[in-house]
Amino acid sequence: MKEITILSGKGGTGKTSITAALASIARDAVFCDNDVDAADLHLILSPTVREEHVFSGGWTASIDVTSCIDCGICTDHCRFDAIHRNSFNNLEINPFKCEGCRLCERICPVQAISSVRSNNNSWFVSDTRFGTLVHAKMGPGEENSGKLVSEVRKRARELAKEYNASYVINDGPPGIGCAAISSLSGTGMVLMVIEPSVSGLHDSRRLVELIDTFSIPTFALINKYDIHPEISEEIKLFLKEKSIPLLGEIPFDKSMVEAMVEGKTIVEFDDKLEISTILKAVWKKLEDFNVL
Amino acid sequence: MPFKIAVASGKGGTGKTTIAINLFHNISKEVTPKIQLIDCDVEEPNDILFFPDAKLNSAQPATQSIPTIDNSKCTYCRKCVEWCEFNAIVVIPPVGFAEINSSLCHSCGACIVACEYGAISEKPEEIGTIKQYSIDPHGIISEGRLKIGSAMQTLLIKQVKQQALDDVDFIIFDAPPGTSCPVVETVADADYIILVTEPTPFGLYDLKLTVELVRDIGKPLGVIINKAGLGDHKVHDYLSEEHIEILGEIPYRREYAAQYAKGDIFEKIPGEIKAQYKSIIQKLLVRSTSYEGDNHFKW
Amino acid sequence: MKTVITCKGNNQKAHFDLRFGRAGWFCLIDDESGDPTFIENDQVEVTGGAGVKTAEKMVELGVQKVISGHFGPKAKDLLDKFNIQMVMIDDDDQSISKIIARLNK
Repeated sequence: MKEITILSGKGGTGKTSITAALASIARDAVFCDNDVDAADLHLILSPTVREEHVFSGGWTASIDVTSCIDCGICTDHCRFDAIHRNSFNNLEINPFKCEGCRLCERICPVQAISSVRSNNNSWFVSDTRFGTLVHAKMGPGEENSGKLVSEVRKRARELAKEYNASYVINDGPPGIGCAAISSLSGTGMVLMVIEPSVSGLHDSRRLVELIDTFSIPTFALINKYDIHPEISEEIKLFLKEKSIPLLGEIPFDKSMVEAMVEGKTIVEFDDKLEISTILKAVWKKLEDFNVL
Repeated sequence: MPFKIAVASGKGGTGKTTIAINLFHNISKEVTPKIQLIDCDVEEPNDILFFPDAKLNSAQPATQSIPTIDNSKCTYCRKCVEWCEFNAIVVIPPVGFAEINSSLCHSCGACIVACEYGAISEKPEEIGTIKQYSIDPHGIISEGRLKIGSAMQTLLIKQVKQQALDDVDFIIFDAPPGTSCPVVETVADADYIILVTEPTPFGLYDLKLTVELVRDIGKPLGVIINKAGLGDHKVHDYLSEEHIEILGEIPYRREYAAQYAKGDIFEKIPGEIKAQYKSIIQKLLVRSTSYEGDNHFKW
Repeated sequence: MKTVITCKGNNQKAHFDLRFGRAGWFCLIDDESGDPTFIENDQVEVTGGAGVKTAEKMVELGVQKVISGHFGPKAKDLLDKFNIQMVMIDDDDQSISKIIARLNK
């Protein structure tokens, strides 16, 4: 079983649309949405949920005003500026700023502070027309997205093993921070989706630097290459310099958006389109790499 | 005090950066030269790419305080281990081992308070850099740039926000994509939040998540629909059902997308797009003056 | 010599567990005393740092060899520091008794 992760650094370069297209091409794979923060893959794969799990996030503290003696020790110790005075002049904890370290709870001389774990995050195992999808929904403003990514990936790998599937295909998160790191760690290969813009190139450079620290085999795709052919050329030079094979160049086509509006992958939308042909060839190359 | 606007969106690539730098450019040119743009997308800071002539004023490392244990003072009592909620401390009494794992540490300071023997002290560890630039002719851009491999983006955003100047009229925060803690940190100090979306199913779904978040935080918000003309009408339907103000709609023009791709976005702006920015800024000025209680900004 | 095998249950018929930090149980085999003992993992539910905590436990138990499916980088660092040998097996269909039999060969 091989794990493939689709990443881009910059957001909105087409990761999810391309992952969905690969889902309709790949036989015998388990799919996993690693963008737990703003998960979109399910909008195309229209899953029927089979299992639902709660993922406990961090702790959040709160102060019981009736026992609080207003000594201010908690405010002095909180490094996240989470404790302030509210309009009734009582000390209060801002749940969005609270890091869940529970230091305030431990040092409160009158035990007026207690913490609860958030249960705002869920993850699911679902059936789709292409196979099994493992995905998640984070509560707004939650932390620990990296942990949730590890959790869904772990389940996707277990299921792939159970079904004897050949691949796990991960739709990755944007950026290079904790969620991207969790989605890279231990994966078998990376497919980068790069958009030919100064930001797209800049962001993929930073992503490649991150991938280098993991030494994972990496491949690239240029999406909407004809929006700016000169920058596409610059991207190719960069890929060559980094010895990253370029598997395909996808032209700009409004059909991508039209397919999304209809809830279809581009391949389902129109099998004869140039994009569909290119993506089929890209998948073939990824498979061939795995055979070698 | 400056009027602070945060530009955010759940989905990536909807045009946060484009909108943020255009607002910055147009306000600095037409309304007031005293404006600052703070790039809080520290994982992939892009704002400065569009200002090739920017002059670097300062650059400083951003650090996280990481505690270390002095083995000569440690009694291996394990109290710090019990107090650390993040499982970052390893103490193994029989072998005299005590160590803090910096990649798990949240720098909360609990272990230092816990230790009764003064065996724990902190030293700074770099998580990125913070830079400030001057833009010709007017305006300041500040950015945070996360060190590759660091997972401390939220802490870095908190530090970049401290770069906010007092003697400007406007501050624009460019947020990272998503709806989790880095976004909350970015918008926390804003007076008004602009959500950028695109009229597609992905854009709509992520917009709903972000609206939910901003309403939870309790901040006023308005929406800019970018790439208008692509996709469908469901974003419009949703916004009117929810009574959310549409600040403006930037039509999708392929030539303009190409210009953005190249990095020169302030030249040859199509008239209809320019008009949209003008009307958006006028709406923001009304917001800022009702906030300020006076009325000295005009375009 | 003491060896630990990560496993899903508390008897020799139980299957091998590929996870190190979040394994259900640890099967401890002491060459000197003979019979394997089973220790429940109390780190299964923690949000972070399960690997490091489990590695810490291995050092406390005085283990020289750990058999599991996958070791995270932080756990690996700590086990390396104490010269604990890490053996990786990629197959969780095996029972613990089978692995013990292989060990004794």
